Amino acid sequence: MTLNSNGIFKEKRRVSSRVEEVPPSGIRRFFDLASEMKGVISLGVGEPDFVTPWNIREACVHSLEQGYTMYTPNSGLPELREEIAKYFSKRFNLDYDPNCEVLVTVGASEAIDLALRALVEPGDEVLIPEPCFVSYKPCTIFAGGTPVTLSTTAQSGFKIKPEDIITKITPKTKILLLSYPCNPTGASYSYQELLELAGVVEKYDLLVISDEIYSELTYDGFKHYSFASLPNMKERTIVHNGFSKAFAMTGWRIGFAAGNENIISAMTKIHQYSIMCAPIMGQKAAVEALRNGLPAMNEMVAEYEKRKRLIVSGLRDMGLSCIDPQGAFYVFPSIKETGLTSEEFAEMLLREEKVAVVPGTAFGECGEGHVRCSYAASTGNIIEALNRMRRLLGRLNPKVMSL
Amino acid sequence: MIDQARMEILELLEKGKSLSPKHIAMMLGKEEAEVRKIIKELKEEKIILKHKTIIDWEKAGRETVEAVIDVRVSPQRDVGFDVVASKIYRFPEVKSVYLMSGTYDLSVVVEGKNMKDVALFVAEKLATIENVLSTTTHFRLKKYKEDGIFFTGENEDNRMVVSP
Repeated sequence: MTLNSNGIFKEKRRVSSRVEEVPPSGIRRFFDLASEMKGVISLGVGEPDFVTPWNIREACVHSLEQGYTMYTPNSGLPELREEIAKYFSKRFNLDYDPNCEVLVTVGASEAIDLALRALVEPGDEVLIPEPCFVSYKPCTIFAGGTPVTLSTTAQSGFKIKPEDIITKITPKTKILLLSYPCNPTGASYSYQELLELAGVVEKYDLLVISDEIYSELTYDGFKHYSFASLPNMKERTIVHNGFSKAFAMTGWRIGFAAGNENIISAMTKIHQYSIMCAPIMGQKAAVEALRNGLPAMNEMVAEYEKRKRLIVSGLRDMGLSCIDPQGAFYVFPSIKETGLTSEEFAEMLLREEKVAVVPGTAFGECGEGHVRCSYAASTGNIIEALNRMRRLLGRLNPKVMSL
Repeated sequence: MIDQARMEILELLEKGKSLSPKHIAMMLGKEEAEVRKIIKELKEEKIILKHKTIIDWEKAGRETVEAVIDVRVSPQRDVGFDVVASKIYRFPEVKSVYLMSGTYDLSVVVEGKNMKDVALFVAEKLATIENVLSTTTHFRLKKYKEDGIFFTGENEDNRMVVSP
Protein backbone atom coordinates (compact mmCIF):
# COMPACT_ATOMS: atom_id res chain seq x y z
CA MET A 1 0.00 0.00 0.00
CA THR A 2 1.36 3.40 -0.95
CA LEU A 3 1.23 6.15 1.65
CA ASN A 4 1.63 9.86 0.96
CA SER A 5 3.74 12.17 3.13
CA ASN A 6 0.94 12.55 5.72
CA GLY A 7 0.71 8.82 6.13
CA ILE A 8 -2.73 8.71 4.48
CA PHE A 9 -3.56 6.19 1.77
CA LYS A 10 -3.48 7.67 -1.68
CA GLU A 11 -7.15 7.83 -2.64
CA LYS A 12 -6.80 6.28 -6.06
CA ARG A 13 -4.81 3.31 -4.81
CA ARG A 14 -7.39 2.25 -2.24
CA VAL A 15 -9.73 0.09 -4.27
CA SER A 16 -8.84 -2.01 -7.29
CA SER A 17 -10.09 -0.58 -10.55
CA ARG A 18 -11.82 -3.85 -11.35
CA VAL A 19 -14.05 -3.40 -8.30
CA GLU A 20 -14.29 0.39 -8.60
CA GLU A 21 -15.69 0.15 -12.11
CA VAL A 22 -18.62 -2.05 -11.16
CA PRO A 23 -21.58 0.19 -10.32
CA PRO A 24 -23.46 -0.38 -7.05
CA SER A 25 -26.73 -2.31 -7.31
CA GLY A 26 -29.65 -0.27 -8.67
CA ILE A 27 -31.79 -1.73 -5.95
CA ARG A 28 -29.90 0.09 -3.25
CA ARG A 29 -31.40 3.49 -4.01
CA PHE A 30 -34.95 2.15 -3.73
CA PHE A 31 -34.11 0.40 -0.54
CA ASP A 32 -32.88 3.68 0.95
CA LEU A 33 -35.93 5.59 -0.29
CA ALA A 34 -38.45 3.00 0.90
CA SER A 35 -36.75 2.51 4.26
CA GLU A 36 -37.25 6.17 5.14
CA MET A 37 -41.00 6.03 4.57
CA LYS A 38 -43.78 4.74 6.80
CA GLY A 39 -46.78 2.70 5.64
CA VAL A 40 -45.07 1.31 2.57
CA ILE A 41 -46.50 -1.85 1.06
CA SER A 42 -43.58 -3.63 -0.48
CA LEU A 43 -43.72 -5.68 -3.63
CA GLY A 44 -39.98 -5.14 -3.83
CA VAL A 45 -38.81 -8.06 -1.76
CA GLY A 46 -36.76 -10.87 -3.25
CA GLU A 47 -37.46 -13.41 -0.55
CA PRO A 48 -40.43 -15.44 0.72
CA ASP A 49 -42.80 -13.78 3.18
CA PHE A 50 -43.11 -17.12 4.96
CA VAL A 51 -40.94 -17.84 7.96
CA THR A 52 -38.91 -21.07 7.74
CA PRO A 53 -41.27 -23.97 8.64
CA TRP A 54 -41.11 -24.75 12.35
CA ASN A 55 -39.83 -28.33 12.04
CA ILE A 56 -36.77 -26.99 10.19
CA ARG A 57 -36.13 -24.26 12.76
CA GLU A 58 -36.62 -26.80 15.54
CA ALA A 59 -34.05 -29.14 13.99
CA CYS A 60 -31.50 -26.33 14.18
CA VAL A 61 -32.38 -25.52 17.80
CA HIS A 62 -32.02 -29.20 18.65
CA SER A 63 -28.64 -29.43 16.95
CA LEU A 64 -27.44 -26.40 18.95
CA GLU A 65 -28.60 -28.09 22.16
CA GLN A 66 -26.64 -31.16 21.12
CA GLY A 67 -23.54 -29.02 20.78
CA TYR A 68 -23.17 -28.96 16.99
CA THR A 69 -21.21 -25.73 16.82
CA MET A 70 -18.10 -26.84 14.94
CA TYR A 71 -16.71 -26.83 11.38
CA THR A 72 -18.02 -29.35 8.91
CA PRO A 73 -16.05 -30.95 6.06
CA ASN A 74 -15.30 -28.34 3.35
CA SER A 75 -17.85 -29.74 0.96
CA GLY A 76 -20.57 -29.95 3.62
CA LEU A 77 -21.99 -32.47 6.09
CA PRO A 78 -21.95 -35.95 4.51
CA GLU A 79 -25.61 -36.53 5.43
CA LEU A 80 -26.60 -33.27 3.75
CA ARG A 81 -24.70 -34.11 0.55
CA GLU A 82 -26.38 -37.51 0.66
CA GLU A 83 -29.83 -35.88 0.89
CA ILE A 84 -28.97 -33.45 -1.89
CA ALA A 85 -27.89 -36.31 -4.16
CA LYS A 86 -31.15 -38.13 -3.38
CA TYR A 87 -33.09 -34.97 -4.15
CA PHE A 88 -31.42 -34.62 -7.57
CA SER A 89 -32.11 -38.24 -8.34
CA LYS A 90 -35.76 -38.22 -7.25
CA ARG A 91 -36.66 -34.83 -8.60
CA PHE A 92 -34.65 -34.53 -11.84
CA ASN A 93 -33.50 -38.09 -12.51
CA LEU A 94 -29.90 -36.91 -12.10
CA ASP A 95 -27.31 -39.07 -10.39
CA TYR A 96 -24.48 -37.30 -8.59
CA ASP A 97 -21.93 -38.86 -6.31
CA PRO A 98 -22.39 -37.13 -2.92
CA ASN A 99 -18.70 -37.65 -2.18
CA CYS A 100 -17.22 -35.74 -5.09
CA GLU A 101 -19.91 -34.16 -7.25
CA VAL A 102 -21.86 -32.12 -4.68
CA LEU A 103 -20.69 -29.00 -2.82
CA VAL A 104 -22.60 -27.21 -0.04
CA THR A 105 -22.09 -23.44 -0.14
CA VAL A 106 -23.08 -20.23 1.62
CA GLY A 107 -26.20 -19.71 -0.49
CA ALA A 108 -26.46 -20.39 -4.22
CA SER A 109 -24.82 -16.97 -4.70
CA GLU A 110 -21.53 -18.27 -3.36
CA ALA A 111 -21.78 -21.33 -5.59
CA ILE A 112 -22.18 -19.12 -8.67
CA ASP A 113 -19.24 -16.97 -7.64
CA LEU A 114 -17.15 -20.12 -7.11
CA ALA A 115 -18.11 -21.58 -10.47
CA LEU A 116 -17.14 -18.36 -12.25
CA ARG A 117 -13.85 -18.09 -10.41
CA ALA A 118 -13.09 -21.76 -11.01
CA LEU A 119 -13.81 -21.64 -14.74
CA VAL A 120 -13.01 -18.17 -16.07
CA GLU A 121 -9.59 -17.33 -17.55
CA PRO A 122 -8.80 -13.62 -17.96
CA GLY A 123 -10.79 -12.33 -20.89
CA ASP A 124 -13.10 -15.33 -21.21
CA GLU A 125 -16.57 -14.35 -22.27
CA VAL A 126 -19.63 -15.32 -20.26
CA LEU A 127 -23.00 -15.14 -21.99
CA ILE A 128 -25.62 -13.69 -19.66
CA PRO A 129 -29.27 -13.39 -20.70
CA GLU A 130 -30.88 -10.24 -19.32
CA PRO A 131 -32.94 -9.12 -17.44
CA CYS A 132 -31.32 -11.26 -14.76
CA PHE A 133 -30.33 -11.45 -11.13
CA VAL A 134 -28.09 -8.55 -10.12
CA SER A 135 -24.94 -10.50 -9.26
CA TYR A 136 -24.09 -12.34 -12.48
CA LYS A 137 -22.31 -9.52 -14.27
CA PRO A 138 -20.35 -8.20 -11.28
CA CYS A 139 -19.24 -11.71 -10.28
CA THR A 140 -18.09 -12.38 -13.85
CA ILE A 141 -16.03 -9.18 -13.76
CA PHE A 142 -14.61 -9.95 -10.31
CA ALA A 143 -13.55 -13.34 -11.70
CA GLY A 144 -11.68 -11.59 -14.52
CA GLY A 145 -14.17 -12.51 -17.23
CA THR A 146 -16.05 -10.41 -19.73
CA PRO A 147 -19.84 -10.47 -19.45
CA VAL A 148 -21.65 -10.55 -22.79
CA THR A 149 -25.30 -9.58 -22.57
CA LEU A 150 -28.02 -11.51 -24.38
CA SER A 151 -30.92 -9.06 -24.27
CA THR A 152 -34.44 -10.46 -24.15
CA THR A 153 -37.78 -8.73 -24.51
CA ALA A 154 -41.42 -9.27 -23.63
CA GLN A 155 -42.05 -10.34 -27.25
CA SER A 156 -39.82 -13.38 -26.77
CA GLY A 157 -41.27 -14.03 -23.32
CA PHE A 158 -37.94 -12.87 -21.84
CA LYS A 159 -36.31 -16.06 -23.10
CA ILE A 160 -33.26 -16.55 -25.27
CA LYS A 161 -33.31 -18.58 -28.47
CA PRO A 162 -30.38 -20.49 -30.04
CA GLU A 163 -29.76 -17.65 -32.53
CA ASP A 164 -29.28 -15.18 -29.65
CA ILE A 165 -26.35 -17.31 -28.51
CA ILE A 166 -24.97 -17.90 -31.99
CA THR A 167 -24.75 -14.19 -32.85
CA LYS A 168 -22.65 -13.51 -29.74
CA ILE A 169 -20.25 -16.44 -30.08
CA THR A 170 -16.55 -15.49 -30.37
CA PRO A 171 -13.43 -17.63 -29.90
CA LYS A 172 -13.41 -16.41 -26.28
CA THR A 173 -16.93 -17.53 -25.42
CA LYS A 174 -16.73 -20.10 -22.67
CA ILE A 175 -19.80 -20.08 -20.46
CA LEU A 176 -23.56 -19.64 -20.72
CA LEU A 177 -24.96 -18.42 -17.38
CA LEU A 178 -28.58 -19.43 -17.51
CA SER A 179 -31.18 -18.84 -14.80
CA TYR A 180 -34.70 -20.22 -14.87
CA PRO A 181 -37.31 -19.67 -13.54
CA CYS A 182 -35.94 -16.15 -13.80
CA ASN A 183 -35.66 -13.39 -11.25
CA PRO A 184 -37.04 -10.76 -12.22
CA THR A 185 -39.27 -11.96 -15.09
CA GLY A 186 -40.63 -15.29 -13.81
CA ALA A 187 -39.91 -16.77 -17.26
CA SER A 188 -38.88 -20.40 -17.57
CA TYR A 189 -38.08 -22.79 -20.41
CA SER A 190 -40.00 -25.82 -21.64
CA TYR A 191 -38.17 -29.08 -22.29
CA GLN A 192 -38.25 -28.43 -26.04
CA GLU A 193 -36.81 -24.91 -25.64
CA LEU A 194 -34.06 -26.25 -23.40
CA LEU A 195 -33.21 -28.97 -25.93
CA GLU A 196 -32.70 -26.32 -28.61
CA LEU A 197 -30.37 -24.36 -26.33
CA ALA A 198 -28.50 -27.55 -25.44
CA GLY A 199 -27.88 -28.16 -29.13
CA VAL A 200 -26.05 -24.83 -29.48
CA VAL A 201 -24.20 -25.36 -26.21
CA GLU A 202 -22.85 -28.63 -27.51
CA LYS A 203 -22.05 -27.29 -30.97
CA TYR A 204 -19.95 -24.43 -29.60
CA ASP A 205 -18.54 -26.47 -26.74
CA LEU A 206 -19.81 -24.14 -23.98
CA LEU A 207 -20.06 -24.76 -20.27
CA VAL A 208 -23.33 -23.95 -18.55
CA ILE A 209 -23.75 -22.41 -15.13
CA SER A 210 -27.40 -23.14 -14.50
CA ASP A 211 -28.96 -21.22 -11.60
CA GLU A 212 -32.09 -23.17 -10.72
CA ILE A 213 -32.76 -21.66 -7.31
CA TYR A 214 -36.47 -21.22 -8.15
CA SER A 215 -36.87 -24.72 -9.61
CA GLU A 216 -39.46 -25.75 -7.02
CA LEU A 217 -41.57 -22.65 -7.55
CA THR A 218 -43.40 -23.31 -10.81
CA TYR A 219 -47.12 -22.92 -11.39
CA ASP A 220 -50.18 -24.12 -13.23
CA GLY A 221 -48.63 -27.48 -14.02
CA PHE A 222 -45.41 -26.13 -15.54
CA LYS A 223 -42.63 -28.70 -15.09
CA HIS A 224 -39.04 -27.70 -14.40
CA TYR A 225 -36.28 -29.65 -16.14
CA SER A 226 -32.74 -29.29 -14.90
CA PHE A 227 -30.29 -28.28 -17.64
CA ALA A 228 -27.98 -31.08 -16.53
CA SER A 229 -30.71 -33.64 -17.19
CA LEU A 230 -30.76 -32.87 -20.93
CA PRO A 231 -28.95 -35.32 -23.23
CA ASN A 232 -25.14 -34.83 -23.11
CA MET A 233 -25.43 -31.81 -20.79
CA LYS A 234 -24.56 -33.32 -17.40
CA GLU A 235 -20.80 -33.18 -17.94
CA ARG A 236 -20.80 -29.55 -19.08
CA THR A 237 -23.36 -28.15 -16.63
CA ILE A 238 -22.95 -27.01 -13.05
CA VAL A 239 -26.37 -26.90 -11.44
CA HIS A 240 -26.91 -24.38 -8.67
CA ASN A 241 -29.71 -24.55 -6.20
CA GLY A 242 -30.39 -23.88 -2.54
CA PHE A 243 -32.84 -23.76 0.31
CA SER A 244 -33.65 -20.05 0.34
CA LYS A 245 -36.65 -19.91 -1.94
CA ALA A 246 -38.21 -23.38 -1.81
CA PHE A 247 -38.05 -23.72 1.96
CA ALA A 248 -38.19 -20.03 2.91
CA MET A 249 -34.65 -20.18 4.30
CA THR A 250 -32.97 -17.06 2.87
CA GLY A 251 -31.22 -15.99 6.06
CA TRP A 252 -29.69 -19.42 6.65
CA ARG A 253 -27.43 -18.99 3.62
CA ILE A 254 -27.30 -22.60 2.47
CA GLY A 255 -26.98 -23.42 -1.20
CA PHE A 256 -25.35 -26.12 -3.25
CA ALA A 257 -23.77 -26.94 -6.58
CA ALA A 258 -23.54 -30.24 -8.42
CA GLY A 259 -21.55 -31.16 -11.48
CA ASN A 260 -18.51 -32.77 -13.00
CA GLU A 261 -16.03 -33.97 -10.38
CA ASN A 262 -13.11 -31.86 -11.66
CA ILE A 263 -15.10 -28.65 -11.67
CA ILE A 264 -16.68 -29.31 -8.26
CA SER A 265 -13.24 -30.08 -6.88
CA ALA A 266 -11.87 -26.79 -8.29
CA MET A 267 -14.78 -24.91 -6.74
CA THR A 268 -14.20 -26.74 -3.46
CA LYS A 269 -10.60 -25.59 -3.50
CA ILE A 270 -11.62 -21.91 -3.58
CA HIS A 271 -14.37 -22.53 -1.03
CA GLN A 272 -11.90 -24.33 1.23
CA TYR A 273 -9.48 -21.41 1.33
CA SER A 274 -11.97 -18.54 1.40
CA ILE A 275 -14.98 -19.84 3.34
CA MET A 276 -13.90 -23.15 4.91
CA CYS A 277 -17.46 -24.45 5.16
CA ALA A 278 -21.08 -23.33 5.30
CA PRO A 279 -22.36 -22.81 8.88
CA ILE A 280 -23.24 -26.10 10.55
CA MET A 281 -26.51 -24.73 12.00
CA GLY A 282 -27.84 -24.04 8.54
CA GLN A 283 -26.64 -27.38 7.24
CA LYS A 284 -28.40 -29.24 10.05
CA ALA A 285 -31.61 -27.35 9.25
CA ALA A 286 -31.18 -28.12 5.55
CA VAL A 287 -31.01 -31.85 6.25
CA GLU A 288 -34.38 -31.60 8.00
CA ALA A 289 -35.76 -29.53 5.12
CA LEU A 290 -34.96 -32.23 2.56
CA ARG A 291 -36.08 -35.08 4.81
CA ASN A 292 -39.33 -33.65 6.14
CA GLY A 293 -39.92 -30.23 4.62
CA LEU A 294 -41.65 -31.14 1.37
CA PRO A 295 -45.27 -30.92 2.62
CA ALA A 296 -44.66 -27.39 3.95
CA MET A 297 -42.95 -26.45 0.69
CA ASN A 298 -45.89 -27.71 -1.38
CA GLU A 299 -48.27 -25.64 0.73
CA MET A 300 -46.19 -22.51 0.11
CA VAL A 301 -46.06 -23.19 -3.63
CA ALA A 302 -49.86 -23.60 -3.74
CA GLU A 303 -50.18 -20.25 -1.98
CA TYR A 304 -47.79 -18.48 -4.40
CA GLU A 305 -49.75 -19.91 -7.31
CA LYS A 306 -52.99 -18.27 -6.14
CA ARG A 307 -51.25 -14.96 -5.49
CA LYS A 308 -49.64 -15.07 -8.91
CA ARG A 309 -53.03 -15.42 -10.57
CA LEU A 310 -54.37 -12.58 -8.40
CA ILE A 311 -51.58 -10.16 -9.26
CA VAL A 312 -51.38 -11.04 -12.96
CA SER A 313 -55.10 -10.52 -13.52
CA GLY A 314 -55.06 -7.44 -11.28
CA LEU A 315 -52.28 -5.83 -13.33
CA ARG A 316 -53.94 -6.75 -16.61
CA ASP A 317 -57.26 -5.36 -15.32
CA MET A 318 -55.66 -1.96 -14.89
CA GLY A 319 -54.28 -2.04 -18.41
CA LEU A 320 -50.67 -3.10 -17.74
CA SER A 321 -49.61 -5.89 -20.05
CA CYS A 322 -47.70 -8.62 -18.36
CA ILE A 323 -46.54 -12.10 -19.21
CA ASP A 324 -47.99 -14.89 -17.09
CA PRO A 325 -44.87 -16.15 -15.30
CA GLN A 326 -44.08 -19.85 -15.22
CA GLY A 327 -42.20 -19.68 -11.94
CA ALA A 328 -40.35 -17.80 -9.16
CA PHE A 329 -42.45 -15.19 -7.33
CA TYR A 330 -42.17 -12.16 -9.57
CA VAL A 331 -44.21 -10.54 -12.31
CA PHE A 332 -42.60 -8.10 -14.69
CA PRO A 333 -45.36 -5.90 -16.12
CA SER A 334 -44.76 -3.29 -18.80
CA ILE A 335 -45.32 0.30 -17.73
CA LYS A 336 -44.48 1.75 -21.15
CA GLU A 337 -48.08 2.98 -21.56
CA THR A 338 -47.44 5.57 -18.85
CA GLY A 339 -44.69 7.21 -20.89
CA LEU A 340 -42.41 7.07 -17.85
CA THR A 341 -39.13 5.26 -17.48
CA SER A 342 -38.94 2.33 -15.05
CA GLU A 343 -37.08 4.47 -12.53
CA GLU A 344 -39.53 7.36 -12.80
CA PHE A 345 -42.54 5.09 -12.47
CA ALA A 346 -41.14 3.17 -9.50
CA GLU A 347 -40.19 6.37 -7.74
CA MET A 348 -43.57 7.99 -8.35
CA LEU A 349 -45.37 4.87 -7.15
CA LEU A 350 -43.30 4.87 -4.00
CA ARG A 351 -43.59 8.59 -3.22
CA GLU A 352 -47.24 9.06 -4.13
CA GLU A 353 -48.83 5.74 -3.27
CA LYS A 354 -46.26 4.14 -0.98
CA VAL A 355 -45.92 0.95 -2.96
CA ALA A 356 -42.37 -0.32 -3.45
CA VAL A 357 -41.48 -2.14 -6.67
CA VAL A 358 -38.08 -2.46 -8.33
CA PRO A 359 -37.38 -0.74 -11.66
CA GLY A 360 -36.66 -3.25 -14.42
CA THR A 361 -33.38 -1.52 -15.25
CA ALA A 362 -31.90 -2.84 -11.98
CA PHE A 363 -31.76 -6.20 -13.78
CA GLY A 364 -30.23 -5.00 -17.05
CA GLU A 365 -30.79 -2.28 -19.61
CA CYS A 366 -33.39 -4.30 -21.49
CA GLY A 367 -35.54 -4.25 -18.35
CA GLU A 368 -36.40 -0.63 -19.25
CA GLY A 369 -40.14 -0.10 -19.49
CA HIS A 370 -40.87 -2.77 -16.88
CA VAL A 371 -40.99 -3.05 -13.10
CA ARG A 372 -40.54 -6.12 -10.93
CA CYS A 373 -43.41 -6.84 -8.57
CA SER A 374 -42.86 -9.60 -6.04
CA TYR A 375 -45.88 -11.56 -4.89
CA ALA A 376 -44.05 -12.88 -1.86
CA ALA A 377 -46.49 -10.66 0.03
CA SER A 378 -49.76 -11.39 1.80
CA THR A 379 -52.96 -11.51 -0.25
CA GLY A 380 -54.26 -8.49 1.63
CA ASN A 381 -51.15 -6.49 0.80
CA ILE A 382 -51.27 -7.51 -2.85
CA ILE A 383 -54.88 -6.38 -3.14
CA GLU A 384 -54.13 -3.05 -1.44
CA ALA A 385 -51.01 -2.52 -3.57
CA LEU A 386 -53.03 -3.20 -6.73
CA ASN A 387 -55.64 -0.63 -5.61
CA ARG A 388 -52.92 1.97 -5.06
CA MET A 389 -51.28 1.25 -8.41
CA ARG A 390 -54.62 1.61 -10.14
CA ARG A 391 -55.12 4.97 -8.43
CA LEU A 392 -51.74 6.21 -9.66
CA LEU A 393 -52.42 5.00 -13.19
CA GLY A 394 -55.77 6.76 -13.07
CA ARG A 395 -54.03 10.04 -12.34
CA LEU A 396 -51.39 9.44 -15.00
CA ASN A 397 -53.85 8.43 -17.66
CA PRO A 398 -57.58 8.90 -17.04
CA LYS A 399 -58.32 6.54 -19.91
CA VAL A 400 -56.86 3.62 -18.01
CA MET A 401 -59.52 3.85 -15.33
CA SER A 402 -62.30 3.44 -17.86
CA LEU A 403 -60.84 0.19 -19.19
CA MET B 1 -66.93 -37.06 -4.60
CA ILE B 2 -64.90 -34.06 -3.52
CA ASP B 3 -65.45 -31.03 -5.71
CA GLN B 4 -62.04 -29.36 -6.20
CA ALA B 5 -63.41 -25.85 -6.81
CA ARG B 6 -65.59 -25.95 -3.69
CA MET B 7 -62.66 -27.11 -1.58
CA GLU B 8 -60.37 -24.39 -2.91
CA ILE B 9 -62.97 -21.71 -2.26
CA LEU B 10 -63.56 -22.98 1.28
CA GLU B 11 -59.84 -23.00 2.03
CA LEU B 12 -59.45 -19.43 0.77
CA LEU B 13 -62.46 -18.22 2.76
CA GLU B 14 -61.20 -19.87 5.92
CA LYS B 15 -57.72 -18.36 5.60
CA GLY B 16 -58.33 -15.08 3.82
CA LYS B 17 -59.34 -11.96 5.58
CA SER B 18 -62.52 -10.80 3.89
CA LEU B 19 -61.62 -11.92 0.37
CA SER B 20 -64.23 -10.78 -2.11
CA PRO B 21 -65.70 -13.23 -4.67
CA LYS B 22 -63.91 -11.17 -7.32
CA HIS B 23 -60.50 -11.74 -5.75
CA ILE B 24 -61.22 -15.42 -5.12
CA ALA B 25 -62.12 -15.76 -8.79
CA MET B 26 -58.84 -14.11 -9.79
CA MET B 27 -56.85 -16.40 -7.51
CA LEU B 28 -58.46 -19.57 -8.77
CA GLY B 29 -58.63 -18.55 -12.43
CA LYS B 30 -62.44 -18.70 -12.49
CA GLU B 31 -65.32 -16.39 -13.37
CA GLU B 32 -66.65 -14.19 -10.59
CA ALA B 33 -70.23 -15.30 -11.28
CA GLU B 34 -69.25 -18.95 -10.84
CA VAL B 35 -67.55 -18.22 -7.51
CA ARG B 36 -70.60 -16.30 -6.29
CA LYS B 37 -72.83 -19.19 -7.24
CA ILE B 38 -70.68 -21.75 -5.43
CA ILE B 39 -70.49 -19.62 -2.28
CA LYS B 40 -74.27 -19.23 -2.32
CA GLU B 41 -74.68 -23.01 -2.58
CA LEU B 42 -72.20 -23.61 0.22
CA LYS B 43 -74.20 -21.25 2.46
CA GLU B 44 -77.49 -22.90 1.52
CA GLU B 45 -76.06 -26.32 2.30
CA LYS B 46 -74.87 -24.99 5.67
CA ILE B 47 -71.27 -25.83 4.83
CA ILE B 48 -70.31 -22.21 5.29
CA LEU B 49 -71.92 -21.41 8.64
CA LYS B 50 -70.66 -18.00 9.62
CA HIS B 51 -67.76 -15.56 9.15
CA LYS B 52 -65.82 -15.02 12.32
CA THR B 53 -63.24 -12.44 13.38
CA ILE B 54 -60.48 -13.50 15.74
CA ILE B 55 -60.03 -10.80 18.37
CA ASP B 56 -57.53 -10.41 21.16
CA TRP B 57 -60.14 -9.22 23.67
CA GLU B 58 -57.60 -8.82 26.42
CA LYS B 59 -55.63 -6.37 24.30
CA ALA B 60 -58.86 -4.57 23.41
CA GLY B 61 -59.39 -4.04 27.14
CA ARG B 62 -62.28 -6.36 27.83
CA GLU B 63 -61.70 -8.67 30.78
CA THR B 64 -63.50 -11.98 30.44
CA VAL B 65 -62.72 -15.45 31.70
CA GLU B 66 -63.01 -18.69 29.85
CA ALA B 67 -63.19 -22.16 31.29
CA VAL B 68 -62.95 -25.61 29.80
CA ILE B 69 -65.20 -28.00 31.70
CA ASP B 70 -64.83 -31.75 31.54
CA VAL B 71 -68.31 -33.22 31.90
CA ARG B 72 -69.05 -36.88 32.60
CA VAL B 73 -72.47 -37.99 31.41
CA SER B 74 -74.42 -41.22 31.55
CA PRO B 75 -75.50 -41.90 27.99
CA GLN B 76 -79.14 -42.64 27.22
CA ARG B 77 -80.59 -45.41 25.12
CA ASP B 78 -81.01 -44.53 21.41
CA VAL B 79 -79.75 -40.95 21.67
CA GLY B 80 -76.38 -41.48 23.39
CA PHE B 81 -74.93 -38.16 24.48
CA ASP B 82 -76.82 -35.96 22.01
CA VAL B 83 -79.75 -34.95 24.22
CA VAL B 84 -77.56 -33.99 27.15
CA ALA B 85 -75.23 -32.14 24.81
CA SER B 86 -78.10 -30.15 23.35
CA LYS B 87 -79.31 -29.23 26.82
CA ILE B 88 -75.84 -27.85 27.49
CA TYR B 89 -75.10 -26.08 24.22
CA ARG B 90 -78.35 -24.10 24.26
CA PHE B 91 -77.06 -21.92 27.10
CA PRO B 92 -75.66 -18.68 25.64
CA GLU B 93 -72.79 -18.83 28.16
CA VAL B 94 -71.55 -21.97 26.39
CA LYS B 95 -69.22 -21.17 23.47
CA SER B 96 -68.55 -24.69 22.25
CA VAL B 97 -69.25 -28.32 23.10
CA TYR B 98 -67.37 -31.39 21.90
CA LEU B 99 -67.91 -35.10 22.47
CA MET B 100 -64.59 -36.54 23.60
CA SER B 101 -62.91 -39.91 23.85
CA GLY B 102 -61.17 -40.76 27.11
CA THR B 103 -61.90 -40.24 30.79
CA TYR B 104 -64.79 -37.81 30.38
CA ASP B 105 -67.47 -37.33 27.75
CA LEU B 106 -68.20 -33.71 26.90
CA SER B 107 -65.75 -30.84 26.72
CA VAL B 108 -67.62 -27.59 27.30
CA VAL B 109 -66.15 -24.11 26.85
CA VAL B 110 -67.89 -21.48 28.95
CA GLU B 111 -67.31 -17.74 28.93
CA GLY B 112 -68.18 -15.41 31.79
CA LYS B 113 -67.42 -11.97 33.18
CA ASN B 114 -65.38 -13.39 36.04
CA MET B 115 -64.54 -16.65 37.79
CA LYS B 116 -67.49 -16.44 40.12
CA ASP B 117 -69.81 -16.01 37.18
CA VAL B 118 -68.50 -19.19 35.54
CA ALA B 119 -68.45 -21.15 38.79
CA LEU B 120 -72.08 -20.24 39.47
CA PHE B 121 -73.09 -21.27 35.98
CA VAL B 122 -71.45 -24.66 36.45
CA ALA B 123 -72.92 -25.23 39.89
CA GLU B 124 -76.44 -24.04 39.16
CA LYS B 125 -77.01 -24.81 35.50
CA LEU B 126 -74.56 -27.38 34.20
CA ALA B 127 -74.12 -29.78 37.13
CA THR B 128 -77.85 -29.98 37.75
CA ILE B 129 -78.76 -31.25 34.30
CA GLU B 130 -80.15 -34.78 34.43
CA ASN B 131 -77.61 -37.48 33.54
CA VAL B 132 -74.65 -35.17 34.20
CA LEU B 133 -72.52 -37.18 36.61
CA SER B 134 -69.67 -34.82 37.36
CA THR B 135 -67.89 -31.66 36.22
CA THR B 136 -64.26 -30.53 36.43
CA THR B 137 -63.62 -26.87 35.69
CA HIS B 138 -60.30 -25.61 34.25
CA PHE B 139 -59.87 -21.86 33.82
CA ARG B 140 -57.85 -20.69 30.84
CA LEU B 141 -55.08 -18.38 32.01
CA LYS B 142 -53.46 -17.20 28.80
CA LYS B 143 -54.11 -17.51 25.10
CA TYR B 144 -51.09 -18.25 22.92
CA LYS B 145 -52.67 -19.34 19.66
CA GLU B 146 -56.21 -19.59 18.35
CA ASP B 147 -57.37 -20.89 14.97
CA GLY B 148 -53.81 -20.83 13.65
CA ILE B 149 -53.14 -17.25 14.74
CA PHE B 150 -50.40 -16.44 17.24
CA PHE B 151 -51.45 -14.06 20.03
CA THR B 152 -47.83 -12.90 20.38
CA GLY B 153 -45.83 -10.61 18.10
CA GLU B 154 -44.52 -13.39 15.88
CA ASN B 155 -46.76 -12.72 12.88
CA GLU B 156 -44.81 -9.57 11.94
CA ASP B 157 -42.89 -9.10 8.69
CA ASN B 158 -39.26 -8.44 9.53
CA ARG B 159 -37.86 -8.55 5.99
CA MET B 160 -35.96 -5.65 4.40
CA VAL B 161 -38.36 -3.49 2.36
CA VAL B 162 -36.50 -3.97 -0.91
CA SER B 163 -34.04 -6.73 -1.76
CA PRO B 164 -32.65 -8.34 -4.93
